[in-house]
Amino acid sequence: MDRLDALEAQSVYIFREAFANFKNLVMLWSIGKDSTVLLWLARKAFFGHVPFPLVHVDTGFKIPEMIRYRDEMALKWGLNMVVGQNKEALGEKKTFPDGKINRIECCKLLKTQALRNTLSGEWTRYRMDHNKRKYVEDSNKEPYTGVIVGVRSDEEGSRSKERYFSPRDKENEWDIAGQPPELWNQFNTDFKPGTHIRIHPLLDWTELDIWRYIERENIPTVSLYYDQGEGKRYRSLGCYPCTSPVESTAKNVREIIVELESGKFKNIAERSGREQDKEDGGGLEILRRDGYM
Amino acid sequence: MNIVIVGHVDHGKSTVIGRLLADTNALPSGKLESVKERCKRESKEFEYAFLLDALHDEQDQGITIDSARCFFKSAKRDYIIIDAPGHIEFLKNMISGAARAEAALLVIDAKEGIQENSKRHAYMLSMLGIDQVAVVVNKMDLVDYSKEVFEKIKSDYTDFLKDIGIEARTFIPVSALKGDNIVSERGELGWFSGGNVLEVLDSFSKEKEDEEKPFRMPVQGVYKFTSKGDSRRIIAGRVESGKVKVGDKVIFLPSHKKSEISSIESFNTGEKKEAFAGECTGVTLKEQVYVNRGDVMCVEDEKLPFVSTLLKANIFWMGKAPMSMEKKYKLKLGTKDIPVKLKEINSVLDASNLESSKRETIERHEVAECLLECQNEIAYDLSKDIESTGRFVIVDDYNIAGGGIVSDTIEDEQAKVREQVFLRDERWYESGVDFRERALRYGQRPKTILITGPSGVDKKKIARSLERLLFERGRKVYYLVIGNLLRGLDADIGKENREEHIRRMGEVAHILMEAGLMVVQTASDLSAEELRSLQTIVDKRDIFVVDVGGNLNDGIVDLSISGEDSVEVNVMKIMDMLKFKNVMFDY
Ligand SMILES: Nc1nc2c(ncn2[C@@H]2O[C@H](COP(=O)(O)OP(=O)(O)O)[C@@H](O)[C@H]2O)c(=O)[nH]1
Repeated sequence: MDRLDALEAQSVYIFREAFANFKNLVMLWSIGKDSTVLLWLARKAFFGHVPFPLVHVDTGFKIPEMIRYRDEMALKWGLNMVVGQNKEALGEKKTFPDGKINRIECCKLLKTQALRNTLSGEWTRYRMDHNKRKYVEDSNKEPYTGVIVGVRSDEEGSRSKERYFSPRDKENEWDIAGQPPELWNQFNTDFKPGTHIRIHPLLDWTELDIWRYIERENIPTVSLYYDQGEGKRYRSLGCYPCTSPVESTAKNVREIIVELESGKFKNIAERSGREQDKEDGGGLEILRRDGYM
Repeated sequence: MNIVIVGHVDHGKSTVIGRLLADTNALPSGKLESVKERCKRESKEFEYAFLLDALHDEQDQGITIDSARCFFKSAKRDYIIIDAPGHIEFLKNMISGAARAEAALLVIDAKEGIQENSKRHAYMLSMLGIDQVAVVVNKMDLVDYSKEVFEKIKSDYTDFLKDIGIEARTFIPVSALKGDNIVSERGELGWFSGGNVLEVLDSFSKEKEDEEKPFRMPVQGVYKFTSKGDSRRIIAGRVESGKVKVGDKVIFLPSHKKSEISSIESFNTGEKKEAFAGECTGVTLKEQVYVNRGDVMCVEDEKLPFVSTLLKANIFWMGKAPMSMEKKYKLKLGTKDIPVKLKEINSVLDASNLESSKRETIERHEVAECLLECQNEIAYDLSKDIESTGRFVIVDDYNIAGGGIVSDTIEDEQAKVREQVFLRDERWYESGVDFRERALRYGQRPKTILITGPSGVDKKKIARSLERLLFERGRKVYYLVIGNLLRGLDADIGKENREEHIRRMGEVAHILMEAGLMVVQTASDLSAEELRSLQTIVDKRDIFVVDVGGNLNDGIVDLSISGEDSVEVNVMKIMDMLKFKNVMFDY
């Protein structure tokens, strides 16, 4: 078995264990390359189907192309697509681009809080209606208690301590030292009522693995990742006010792989284009404990 | 290749890792410099451990909290190094980190010598079946690079390791601080002729292939996506060992249901005819048989797993509360979850001195040889034969609190009945009328409703009313009275031979169900043991146990009703259960 086969098998195994053990299961889809690979792996696990909803938090500042791509795929693959948003903060213009708060605060409101309340069902969810081909208010208000997320342990320090199945308590706090062990692919699937579980099928993947897999499987990705002739491309996708493209002339998956293997990004962190990471040394760590992924 | 690094706290694990990363150019550019810079600013001595401590928390406590992973590569291959903490409180995390490792580095401080955790961790490695171990004797600079000190540690530790069944591949003297003998520089260790740490890692072999072993696929799920226009019924799971191909005759254990592989399913690949160890796959079957998550799919003419409610195992306990014989736990083996009890403790080992003692409980961080009893039978292997179906974890309340490996197979009391049922089913002459055709025609699934409880309460009345009500509603039902067997079918055996009476009652029920009927039975004071025999004879999915005013609450009972309630109320409760279990199609 080669490395990609082994990674794929482990991720598929985790997906199926999650599906067998959690009733209110969802998967977060950020439209980025990692969670798109995650989505592909779900289809591998369930033989072309995705038997749980996908949740996307729309901050209102996503690059429009991302939203277009999301809805196109949702329709094409018959996905149960659910979207949530912090309508209040956006209405009051309590955002960083509107100049009222700093980047970290903005992430907290538009991502963390929106996500938390979308998952808990307290805020309105919008579900893709495949007949009408548009979003309608979702009548299901039940909280999602198992959340599949595409984090990788090579992304930054704090994530390398994760488990495949990682419990959060009611407040979504992350108890690092108290994590139960994952012995021999036996994951912790028994939880006190009120515990939320994050499930991480991509934990062992690296950025390079992701691109190699996209190439091997021929997975459709957003064109923002590729240079369109201006010598620029996105390496990591987020909100447009806080994400800048990197200088690169990689025009397709193959060229990105070559660039990662030997080129200039070899030893530079992937999220270097993301501004919120720079605000203070542990910014991401703080957001993360708060439920940001 | 995944490797784990273990050792007593402060013996230099982090420094060894830091060196490996730095000297193989695996650090992001500028990282080393920036950490050094920060140390200077805060006027602290630079430590390689700082490189690894990315989390705020961790630096506060000054110990490595959890297994973290680092990546580096040699000319030969990629490595993932799992940094397992030395602190005893976090032993359980070390174990989970070590669980994914194929080889281990054991770090010992040349000056301090062998410490408690040097032994404990070695023991855990042997429990986890990691037998590729190299001992790194670190801080040689503190003992003047003395060959004597090195040889002394080597001989003492070799003896200890031998006692616990580990043979260290090699001992490597190093100074992680100075970088001697880690990746290249030999420094003042010129007298040492063996390989350095990286060379030794490169000499380890990848885990041997499981492909040659008998086929095992614990079932993760049975999928049908009919609502999405997909009519396949796919049995999904990971091939843990061996291989399987289209046309193979397969058997599911512990149920002994048999079928044949009709196709191997996958998404976005070419057509597959085979699946091999390590692959997550799915199959469709020629004959649709009952399959549940937790069953193990095997190939019929290969060596099969053992089936029993009992197993002998070595358990290491990590839970805060000790493991006791009173409490009920959950055992997870393969994809099976099952209630389990600690039945006997043969001996408890203290992992640091390997002294054994006789005891009633297993305390945290102890290793025990013991006998476990599962609520129903499970299929398992010896861990030395097939790892993935020969090891398990124990869940206490909400946490994985122990891990164990199966050291021996043990027959339980149902072994005889199970064997006989197995032979019966093996040669069973299938009716020309398929059971599904029959079920459809009769509008019901054939099931046995067994009403039991203490001899005082009137079970017969309930049974008669239930039979009448079901009959009135058009069901094919029969109340089988055990007393009627005594002078007929059972005339050749004495009254006192209760075991055989029960067996025959089960076999009669089995035949009546084969004919498509619903069967009502009553029996007084059935023990859990006897119930299990009946469940073996008729298949536990086909028998519903109703306990009237008894105390058979062993997870074996499907419905408990009170002897105080009226017959009508109790009958309705049973009807509700049948409805809930979907026994009648149009009800
Ligand atoms: N003199 C000397 N000190 C060392 C060596 N390796 C590690 N140390 C020191 O030993 C202490 C503990 O090392 P560390 O790697 O943090 O140990 P860990 O707890 O096993 O990870 C640190 O102060 C290191 O600088 C060595 O080869 N020589």
